[in-house]
Amino acid sequence: MNRKKHWYDYLWIWSILYFTLGFFNILFAWLGMIDFLLPMLLAIFGGNKFFCNHLCGRGQLFTVLGKTCKCSRQKPAPGWLSSKWFRYGFLIFFLTMFGNILYQTYLVYGGAASLREVVKLFWTFRVPWDWAYTAGTTADWVAQFSFGFYSLMLTSTLIGLIVMLLYRPRTWCSFCPMGSMTQLICKLKHHNQMPE
Amino acid sequence: MASKRYAQVNRERCVSCGACTHECPRDAIHVWKGCFALVDSDLCVGCGRCQRTCPANCIDMKEREAAV
Repeated sequence: MNRKKHWYDYLWIWSILYFTLGFFNILFAWLGMIDFLLPMLLAIFGGNKFFCNHLCGRGQLFTVLGKTCKCSRQKPAPGWLSSKWFRYGFLIFFLTMFGNILYQTYLVYGGAASLREVVKLFWTFRVPWDWAYTAGTTADWVAQFSFGFYSLMLTSTLIGLIVMLLYRPRTWCSFCPMGSMTQLICKLKHHNQMPE
Repeated sequence: MASKRYAQVNRERCVSCGACTHECPRDAIHVWKGCFALVDSDLCVGCGRCQRTCPANCIDMKEREAAV
């Protein structure tokens, strides 16, 4: 609707900028930690989903592409996609994969594994990404985390774009792991003061 | 005069993403403390925009009970 625009209504640009920066220099992938930590901090200390509701660049990007640019079929998604078992199952899967990134980083840090300059899409397909990093720029483990985290961010955005095309623009939000986690925190925080 | 219909959110299924709040022409829906979307049925005109945008498909339109 034609409400007054805020600066944070343009954060979809950040979403595009993030992947562009990471394309040229993988170390920018670390900036994605903002999108991990900020929603958590707002949920834990603020008891709200202000991030999802107003600050999420990814959700805004899906709205811009799906609604404004009409790149969405605008069909209701299957019910299981937003069911509790799928949402929490996907959250656990996502956290496990994040744990794996941390483990790989630890292996490189300890010298048990060497740095792999690849981006892994959909946790399966290895895409060479060696132009985005010059060996020796930083410690190898810093670069290893960047490649892993960028892979996670790119994969989840691609999944989001696919469900945006197939269903409604923000279908990703219905099973977004950050969204599930922050909603869970809010529900635990406010469980004894639910309104009528 | 109140509209014939109004939006009602299934709190069990709502993911509190806030997509509906950006659609509502009357500011009649907001996310309650990150838990679920809440409709102010007095403000709601039953246009159904929130229903059509909801990614979890958890908003239904209800008929208002006739005023006695």
